[in-house]
Amino acid sequence: MSEAESRTGAQLIWESLVREGVDTVFGYPGGAILPTYDAMTEYPVRHVLVRHEQSAVHMADGYARASGRVGVVVATSGPGATNLVTGLATAMLDSTPLVAITGQVGSGLLGTDAFQEVDITGITLPVTKHNYLVTRAEDVVPAIREAFAVARSGRPGPVLVDITKDAQQSRATLDWEGAKPWRHQRHLPPPLDQAALAEALELIRQAKRPIILAGHGIQLSGARAEVLALAERADIPFALTLLGLGAVPATHPLSLGMMGMHGEAWVNRAIQEADLLLAFGMRFDDRVTGKLKEYAPHAKKIHIDIDASELNKLVPVDVAIAADLGDVLRALLPEVPVADRSAWLGSIRGWRGDSAVRDIKNLPDDGHLYAAHVMHDLWRLTKGEAVVVTDVGQHQMWEAQYYKHDGERSLLTSGGAGTMGFALPAAIGAKLARPEAEVWVVAGDGGFQMTFAELMTAVQEDVKVNIAVINNGFLGMVRQWQALFYEGRYAATPILSPDFVKLAEAFGIHGQRVDTRGEVAAAVEGARAAKGTALIEFKVEQEDSVYPMVPAGAALHDMIRRPSPSVLAETGSDPV
Amino acid sequence: MSHVLVVYTDDEPGVLTRVASLFRRRGFNIHSLTVGPTERPEVSRMTVVVDTDEATARRAVEHLRKLVNVLEVQQLGSGGVNVVRDLALIRVSAGPSKRSEVLQLVEVFRANVVDIAEDTLVIECTGSLAKIEALVDTLRPFGIIELGRTGAVAMARGTPVSRKAAIAPLRTGTSSGSMSV
Ligand SMILES: Cc1ncc(C[n+]2csc(CCOP(=O)(O)OP(=O)(O)O)c2C)c(N)n1
Ligand SMILES: [Mg+2]
Repeated sequence: MSEAESRTGAQLIWESLVREGVDTVFGYPGGAILPTYDAMTEYPVRHVLVRHEQSAVHMADGYARASGRVGVVVATSGPGATNLVTGLATAMLDSTPLVAITGQVGSGLLGTDAFQEVDITGITLPVTKHNYLVTRAEDVVPAIREAFAVARSGRPGPVLVDITKDAQQSRATLDWEGAKPWRHQRHLPPPLDQAALAEALELIRQAKRPIILAGHGIQLSGARAEVLALAERADIPFALTLLGLGAVPATHPLSLGMMGMHGEAWVNRAIQEADLLLAFGMRFDDRVTGKLKEYAPHAKKIHIDIDASELNKLVPVDVAIAADLGDVLRALLPEVPVADRSAWLGSIRGWRGDSAVRDIKNLPDDGHLYAAHVMHDLWRLTKGEAVVVTDVGQHQMWEAQYYKHDGERSLLTSGGAGTMGFALPAAIGAKLARPEAEVWVVAGDGGFQMTFAELMTAVQEDVKVNIAVINNGFLGMVRQWQALFYEGRYAATPILSPDFVKLAEAFGIHGQRVDTRGEVAAAVEGARAAKGTALIEFKVEQEDSVYPMVPAGAALHDMIRRPSPSVLAETGSDPV
Repeated sequence: MSHVLVVYTDDEPGVLTRVASLFRRRGFNIHSLTVGPTERPEVSRMTVVVDTDEATARRAVEHLRKLVNVLEVQQLGSGGVNVVRDLALIRVSAGPSKRSEVLQLVEVFRANVVDIAEDTLVIECTGSLAKIEALVDTLRPFGIIELGRTGAVAMARGTPVSRKAAIAPLRTGTSSGSMSV
């Protein structure tokens, strides 16, 4: 079809998506989006039919996080659109580029509370980077093109395009060039601030105890090589945020591992003792700073982030640079003096002290199955090369502690929102984006039950993901807080589960139960060998807790340490 | 402390909601917000007075700049470098015995009487926030029956560099009115 020929708004939607490079969308049909579904068959796009629209957003999110491409969602008006909200908020807080297209009632009915009319642009205002209400076919292409540009540019995020039914049905000509987006460039970061770069260099030169705080922005900026080059040249160790895991390799000699609430005590101590923090693409979330007043009290601070509104937000810094991290580091690198900081690295090593002894993975097998063991074994068995998609809770923290992520985009997890139910759908999206990758879901018994209907989506779409359900019989992370801060009153945290092996059978997938550590390896191999999606239920210790831990509101160094082996031996798994 | 922000936006439906929603969500306390057309039909101009510290005001500016519909944000300096104007309509009780006294005050403040009824006057006053507050205080003993204010409209004195630079990248004739919320 030539550009001059008129098309329906529905056709223009697909035309735009295809031209934006989209080959897969995640969605669920309904009345107000029906014209668009009807036109879909004419275009080379794979549609993945989900079981709940929230999962469509998580799938698109997993697709985007795994690949760096924009994830696309399609849903109908009313309840279809409102079901997207949790997914959009999840993507917003973790800066995932998404475009969600929703059908809307006819423009003549807007504002009348027509059947399945909700004000989705109003509802999603605070959980999208931007959104559109399109009421005419000729506005479809400009809106979608701009939506992609906005989703990708600067700090990425989700964008929603709500399109009335009549805009989908009426006709317009296609003017692709005329619809070239430009407004997203209104606030491009200004040229690099040379004075700030010079100040940063001076701080790096003077620092005796510097530490890099490596965040998600490294991945989003594609600045892995630059961060590593800087770290190696100036001999600066790096600590990672949860979303930073994988952005730089865990097994690098300068890697300290995760910081924050469930980071290792000696990593947090290093931050507290540091004289310079280099915060790269991270935002000083309360989960990584602990009590702000006592955060890194001796440190000068350099903060580089593409989002200027993140600078000096919670932690006042000495040098704030709002720019793409890669651009800044490329400008800095040639000037950064080669250094040897073995004294500083030595003291950090010293602080490790007895941590390794307390670490559960080094304790003798006492017949109990611990989630930490499962994660450690999974890491070994997959050689650290899997893409792991985690849900939210204790298992998420154990995964972060015990699965050493070396590869970029190899850990996908809902960090900012902490959305339970994220893992399975996001993993399906990730697998579709990277079919060659081995994708593992690590989910709790609670979160898995929120979205496990998507098992059927995996079956219908013939997608293979491997699933580890960490079944502790509790909403474990909440139970842990109840144990520590609410005198053990387990209000509403014991949770029953179906027989997961039978559940797997009902979905027609491979299923297995594991009760002891000895069975882990064979079960993992069995799942990997299974033709389609496979599920392993790990029946782990019920009242185990994630250590170490900074209690909410405490200073970063004020951690509840892992119980020492002698305490463990006396009381079983949990001394609380 | 109050800070004056001037925000240039696309003149499209819903832009005011986006700006107001941002202030509410981030907990920035709005003292007044006015919006109106500019010399260019596709551009609106808002004057936002926020009660906050300097760092928060600067962060509000950075958040505003992330809105797709915002062309430019200026944070006006404090003190006499700006022209800040507010308009008030004040219905004051002014029976025959007090009327001449009130009229005298109106004179002193260089305000205008725009409506006269049996027992009341409506006074219109334009000026700085301080001037209007002073007039309101002066009239209070007579009995203020109704008070309406526009909120501040502000402009920097002289020729600020940033505005010229800021408005330049705007392209015309691209977005259509019905497209964006
Ligand atoms: C949608 C949602 N609801 C509630 C919570 C609060 N929450 C955080 S962790 C958690 C428990 C998760 O339990 P489970 O999935 O079994 O994982 P576990 O902690 O036991 O490993 C809950 C309820 C949440 N993060 N997300
Ligand atoms: Mg659980």
